[in-house]
Amino acid sequence: MVSDRDGRQAVIVGGNRTPFVKAGTTFAEASTQDLLTAALDGLVARFGLAGRTVDEVAAGAVLKHSRDFNLTREAVLGSALSPHTPAVDLQQACGTGLETVVYVANKIRLGQADTAIAGGVDSASDAPIVVTERLRRALLAARRARTPVQRAMAFVGLGPADLAPVPPAVAEARTGLSMGESQALTTTRWAITREAQDELALASHRNLAAAWDRGFFDDLVTPYLGVTRDGTLRPDTSAERLAALAPVFGRGPGATMTAGNSTPLTDGAALVLVAERSRAAELGWPALARVVDAQVAASDYVTGREDLLLAPVRALPVLLERTGLTLGDFDLVEVHEAFAATVLATLEGWRREGLGDLDRARLNVNGSSLAAGHPFAATGARIVASLAKMLAERGTGSLGLVSICAAGGQGVVAILEGM
Amino acid sequence: MAGRSFLERIYATSVGHGLARRAGLADPPVLLRGRVRPAGPIGLGTVTGGVLAERTLDVLGLVGTGPLRDEPDQQTRDADGRVRPPAYHARLGALVIDATGVRTIADLEPVRATLRPAMRGMEKSGRVIVVADDASAVEGLEARAVAQALDGIVRTVGKELRGGSTANLVTCGAGVGPEDLASTLSFLLDGRSAFVDGQVIRVRPRKAGDSPDDAYDPARPLSGRVVAVTGAARGIGAAIAHTMSRDGATVICVDVPQAGESLARVANTVGGSALQLDITVPDAGRRIAAHVVGRHGIDTRLWAIVHNAGITRDRLLANLDESRWSQVLRVNLAAQIAINAVLLDPAIPGGLAEPGRIVGIASTSGVAGNRGQANYAASKAGVMGLVRAMSEQLRDRPVTANAVAPGFIETDMTAAIPFVQREVFRRSNSLSQGGRPVDVAETIAWLCDPASGGIDGQVVRVCGQNLVGA
Ligand SMILES: NC(=O)c1ccc[n+]([C@@H]2O[C@H](COP(=O)([O-])OP(=O)(O)OC[C@H]3O[C@@H](n4cnc5c(N)ncnc54)[C@H](O)[C@@H]3O)[C@@H](O)[C@H]2O)c1
Repeated sequence: MVSDRDGRQAVIVGGNRTPFVKAGTTFAEASTQDLLTAALDGLVARFGLAGRTVDEVAAGAVLKHSRDFNLTREAVLGSALSPHTPAVDLQQACGTGLETVVYVANKIRLGQADTAIAGGVDSASDAPIVVTERLRRALLAARRARTPVQRAMAFVGLGPADLAPVPPAVAEARTGLSMGESQALTTTRWAITREAQDELALASHRNLAAAWDRGFFDDLVTPYLGVTRDGTLRPDTSAERLAALAPVFGRGPGATMTAGNSTPLTDGAALVLVAERSRAAELGWPALARVVDAQVAASDYVTGREDLLLAPVRALPVLLERTGLTLGDFDLVEVHEAFAATVLATLEGWRREGLGDLDRARLNVNGSSLAAGHPFAATGARIVASLAKMLAERGTGSLGLVSICAAGGQGVVAILEGM
Repeated sequence: MAGRSFLERIYATSVGHGLARRAGLADPPVLLRGRVRPAGPIGLGTVTGGVLAERTLDVLGLVGTGPLRDEPDQQTRDADGRVRPPAYHARLGALVIDATGVRTIADLEPVRATLRPAMRGMEKSGRVIVVADDASAVEGLEARAVAQALDGIVRTVGKELRGGSTANLVTCGAGVGPEDLASTLSFLLDGRSAFVDGQVIRVRPRKAGDSPDDAYDPARPLSGRVVAVTGAARGIGAAIAHTMSRDGATVICVDVPQAGESLARVANTVGGSALQLDITVPDAGRRIAAHVVGRHGIDTRLWAIVHNAGITRDRLLANLDESRWSQVLRVNLAAQIAINAVLLDPAIPGGLAEPGRIVGIASTSGVAGNRGQANYAASKAGVMGLVRAMSEQLRDRPVTANAVAPGFIETDMTAAIPFVQREVFRRSNSLSQGGRPVDVAETIAWLCDPASGGIDGQVVRVCGQNLVGA
């Protein structure tokens, strides 16, 4: 286990996120930076940080304009935080949010920071549209040109097809497969049934709806642009309704993945406030949970020997080995629901690794991405904030596990302990 | 103002406005607001030689000048041979009359004599303040009657004064000293009291342990203190947050989770914090207390709670169902009773400090009743009853409980009233205009001042001397 310098511990103080909504809907006009700034301002308000400095803000986005090279710092400057607050952009696909938490927690434990904010944002509505590779090269050549003739020559040979904008594809560079298509291979390989997927999706909606009704998100979400709840949440969905949906990924009779058991493209932002434990106490802040440890791993998915979204199956044994914990030790387990089948395959993978069967009553008890939606880089902070609050409610020493799969065949797992 | 009616749009045009003026709807006076004293001198008159007002002005670092009196040797005759009262050359900023010791009908004549020259001698937004003994502090039939007579005089002065000037009566219980009175006199002199007119404010000696500490700064009286304001996302609540923050407080802004976006904006603007909370949930009081310690440390206690959140669900009683009835009573009355009970428990970390302040928001509808508002009037009259009962209950603790009763205040709530009716409401007070949220906020900030321990169990109207229920 990573040893803390001088006994320093990184604790989750609280969190804030925007509601999550389906891409192209209510937040369609909001930029990635707008969303991140809104989440930041909500967090600043919740903790009375206006005009104050935190030692660092770490955040990122998966879909990012080149103009957003300093996305997080720009969001800080647009927020109510003191302009003396430095910021960093980090990115590890859907692992981004959790990795930012690990990054600031490590800095805090090393004594390089006392207070920090971590999280992420994504807007599939504000995704950058790029030009074709041939047009891009022509534009660059034209820029280098010295004469008008040279400039004109740069565009010779371009056809109409080269002028059409290229919409963003959430596809793997090396396999050309979309996330859903990749998962469909896994789903088939691991023989995950439609019923099991729909059951998990239903539980996600039911759990998330109950959490909203209970007021669980009163201090975790700040409304944005008039949206007060997660837009993808279907409190009234049922096994029958889910069963009626047609498959959207995979082919033939074996296709089981539907819009109901897969996450939609989502817009939203989420952040957590992290602090050194004694500093938090000095500031009068609550300590919900301690960041215990984390591990990242990657899978060999390109050869097809392993699965794109199952790297957590490699990461968790390493983490448990280092911390001396077992899967059964965790009171609460949060496995990001990229697709219902991803979660089910991950659990099966852990079982095959000899980690044992997870008690499903401990899994995603307040719902997860299938119901809430999944703005890629925001998901980690959404989960960490909710889990930290649940652990604090359970009491000191309760243990929580977070597992997030990411594009590129990567996976991050982390352990929190209730304070 | 997307929802403006046809009439309202006409009224806003220059032609419509001109017509309205000819019909007698003159532009209302622009009121002086904020922590600003009147520009002109403060006339200080006494009737029977009382010195309370003089000594109180002294505490405030102010000196009064002798006012003119309409006495035979001061009078002049005009060209037509009519007797004229003496006239001020420079306009008075304020006139303070120390009427303590007034006991007989004859004692009222000097009050008249001092007021008469001032009625046409005040600057705009000038102030008339009469300081007198409370009826409870005097004995004898005539003395008690005369104490009430002052009430009638001051209310009339409020109605006769023009140009945004106001008149208020401060009555003092037995044993009131300048320190008990200072924050109130200061408030009434200032622009802060712009929309408080024709009111009677009772001051009594502060309870033991309810004095400002050494660090008290009258210009920033709430500095270093944490206060909570419910319904702070907009309207009057947002103004309360701003005003209390100006006065130095760290403000916990409370509103329903659905209002979180604007709540965050208010909290960040005032440098406070946001608590998304429906005040009607059973653990609301505990969640407020937990927020206090979760932001400011386990030893911090709340200096003041301002119960501003309120709703209307108007229907004539003939159409008023059980749900509209109970919603309004829950939000406007039941919630604050439950929250106070928690915050007043000394065992709960983050509860109310001692000394401390509780303020509720009543309404002129609660004072007078209002067609279509049986539920609302019940809740708001209930708030008045509540603060009176609480001040009795808290007799031995240095915590005051007061309420303000706003009249017509320009907010989203009143923007929903049909235009003509709204314009009537606006005009039916001595200042011929609606009040602003800040006017209510200033009054609340004054009640929460550490030096305002002398004000307890009272309902102060912020209504520009509205005719309703006056
Ligand atoms: N505007 C007037 O003329 C006027 C006159 C007399 C009294 N008042 C009183 O002043 C207060 C503020 O009025 P306003 O005009 O600013 O109203 P408003 O409607 O603009 O604001 C009231 C705020 O209270 C909040 N609120 C409502 N229910 C709540 C709950 N259950 N928990 C937490 N917050 C809740 C609302 O979200 C809103 O932000 C109210 O109590 C009102 O009755 C107003």
